[in-house]
Amino acid sequence: MQRRPAAFNANANEALLDADLQLALGAAETGFGVKRRKAISGLPEFEALCDQAAAIKDHVLDHLDTYLERFEAQVFASGGMVHWCEDAEQARQIILTLCQSVNARMVTKGKSMIAEEIGLNPFLEANNIQPVETDLGEYIIQLADEAPSHIIGPALHKTKDQVSDLFHAHHPAIGYPDRLTEGEALVGEARAILRQKYLRADAGITGANFLIAETGSTVIVTNEGNGDMTQIFPRMHIVVASIEKIVPTLEDAATLLRVLARSATGQEMSVYTTFSTGPKRRGDADGPEQFHVVLLDNGRTEILGGDQRDILRCIRCGACMNNCPVYMAAGGHAYGATYMGPMGSVLTPNLTSLKQAQALPFASSFCGKCEAVCPMRIPLPKLMRDLRNDAHATRITPARERIGLALWSWLGQRPALYHGISGIGLRALNILARGRGRLSWLPLAGGWTKTRDFPAPQSESFMAQWARQRKPDA
Amino acid sequence: MPPVNPKIALFVTCLVDMFRPSAAFAAVGLLEAAGCVVAVPQTQTCCGQPSYNSGDRSGAMLLAAQTIRTLMAYDYVVVPSGSCAAMIKRHYPELLSADVALAAQARALAAKTYELTRFLHDVMQFRPASAASENTTYLDSCSGLRELGVQAQPRALAPSGFIENGDAETCCGFGGTFCVKYTGVSTAIADKKLNKLAATGATTVTGGDLGCLMHLAGRAARRGLPLRFRHVAEVLAGDTHTPAIGEAGK
Repeated sequence: MQRRPAAFNANANEALLDADLQLALGAAETGFGVKRRKAISGLPEFEALCDQAAAIKDHVLDHLDTYLERFEAQVFASGGMVHWCEDAEQARQIILTLCQSVNARMVTKGKSMIAEEIGLNPFLEANNIQPVETDLGEYIIQLADEAPSHIIGPALHKTKDQVSDLFHAHHPAIGYPDRLTEGEALVGEARAILRQKYLRADAGITGANFLIAETGSTVIVTNEGNGDMTQIFPRMHIVVASIEKIVPTLEDAATLLRVLARSATGQEMSVYTTFSTGPKRRGDADGPEQFHVVLLDNGRTEILGGDQRDILRCIRCGACMNNCPVYMAAGGHAYGATYMGPMGSVLTPNLTSLKQAQALPFASSFCGKCEAVCPMRIPLPKLMRDLRNDAHATRITPARERIGLALWSWLGQRPALYHGISGIGLRALNILARGRGRLSWLPLAGGWTKTRDFPAPQSESFMAQWARQRKPDA
Repeated sequence: MPPVNPKIALFVTCLVDMFRPSAAFAAVGLLEAAGCVVAVPQTQTCCGQPSYNSGDRSGAMLLAAQTIRTLMAYDYVVVPSGSCAAMIKRHYPELLSADVALAAQARALAAKTYELTRFLHDVMQFRPASAASENTTYLDSCSGLRELGVQAQPRALAPSGFIENGDAETCCGFGGTFCVKYTGVSTAIADKKLNKLAATGATTVTGGDLGCLMHLAGRAARRGLPLRFRHVAEVLAGDTHTPAIGEAGK
């Protein structure tokens, strides 16, 4: 089902009733939290590293053009090609052209959120090229025909039993008749199936966690080694990455890698960290014959010039969503967009339109935990608040909310009237409460009383009582 | 050395003013016991936080200006709420940054504004004599915790401490207008929090932010959970006779 950001509330309410999803989210919330805390407690300089990491990305964003050009020159020098794409359509077309140039029928894919962003899989399928996801989570959701629900755990919303059912629905047709139920056996079956694909693929498509200007290298981190096989075996390796993934040097990449895995999965390092620099050289034992980097803008230079540019420091670790109470209640699909959780609530309106996605920046209690755990020091609540300001200022928020807010600030500047009216309101609430201490229903307050009683006021306001008991202060 | 008889403006906050005067009276009692001269400026209304967080920046600026005018003349401003105190302390200077004169006033006000427990503990170095914190767990509210560093202070002020629930960093799901805009998600978050609070065996939940307490008390009542909710000022002042939040009078 195609969900939309505008329907966040309805999507979330549906998600809250999905017992399997809630089970999966509960396990993820506990797991991620414990592992991240443990990883960070083992590295006393973690916070200082985060400051360094954020400073690296700020520097890059200040000089993005310079570093991108250096990166392109270095890729070219190592025998590769860089393809600049302004939008998703251009990126899809160039990838298609590249695949067709090697008569590709089937391509393997490492995990890439940029590929999700540009809708690559359906486009390749429509052009008779079969994309095969090789990251286990991506493989699972490709079978289920779903979108990732988390940027680093695409199938986070699935329980083991659901995966078992899914495999048993798809795998008997390709020679795996048994229903497997144990995690290790399920992984083994997927691995066996995918192993056959790597060797037959005509091209391998991966994303990139970082692009290194100094060397023209692209970097991926994986825990399954699938990325390496995706990019080494086929004749052509296509890297699809957005422009803000650039870092100046190998040393900078090392700093970012040190905060990335700890923030993401709570590992010190991911199991595989792979640097790719150009195609196979003469004398190399293996590697692709062609190396292409598809560089995507898709609205990012627009963000770079505006007041939301801090979001471009994001390194996609997922810590903000792992620690977000809203994400952990609603799950990633509720956001109805490629990116989810706090970083998605900021990025989606910036990449698409605030009008369509305005529900997202409001889908936060502003508890601030996302900002507290973000290794790149992105002030996520502030960015969401700024988007709320933009939504209010451009009058795309509901009219009744704007009227309510206007009345509130008007009244708040007239203390006598404010206290008079709140006094009347309190008397009305007390009459409705009839001494029961709380109300189970209130006119115009269904958003509260649908699930909660409303505590009745004690009696008069404090200000009224104080004015009677003590000499009023100016 | 704590200041001698400082002149305090109590910024009551809209919610405490309207729904929980007993918390304000308890705050006054604690401040006076600590040696403060307490005034309640009568022109105070709302700090502007609902407007600020709902995207109405100009409305929030007007309310911030009105609040600054009301509170400027005192030695300290004390607020029985982490989120309203954080609004003044952390957000006013940025909110009013375009107006040089007002921004300077905002910074001056921010510097002398404190959340109640932090003021009592850190500035007045006060220990309440009659706090009643038995069988009570403390709900850390996010703004107080993360924006103001209120964590050790309420615990230190309770002579026997509080029962720890091990969930200080997790939101209760209130979030101001968030709780009525996204009722389902807000309630789901509240339920997780309530389960953890109930698991402590505590009979009373206390905290520094009335919004969070009303939201949880309302949900606990709907679920029939045997938990009572009180503002931390009441607990520290030893007020156990006032009916808890949402309870009927005796």
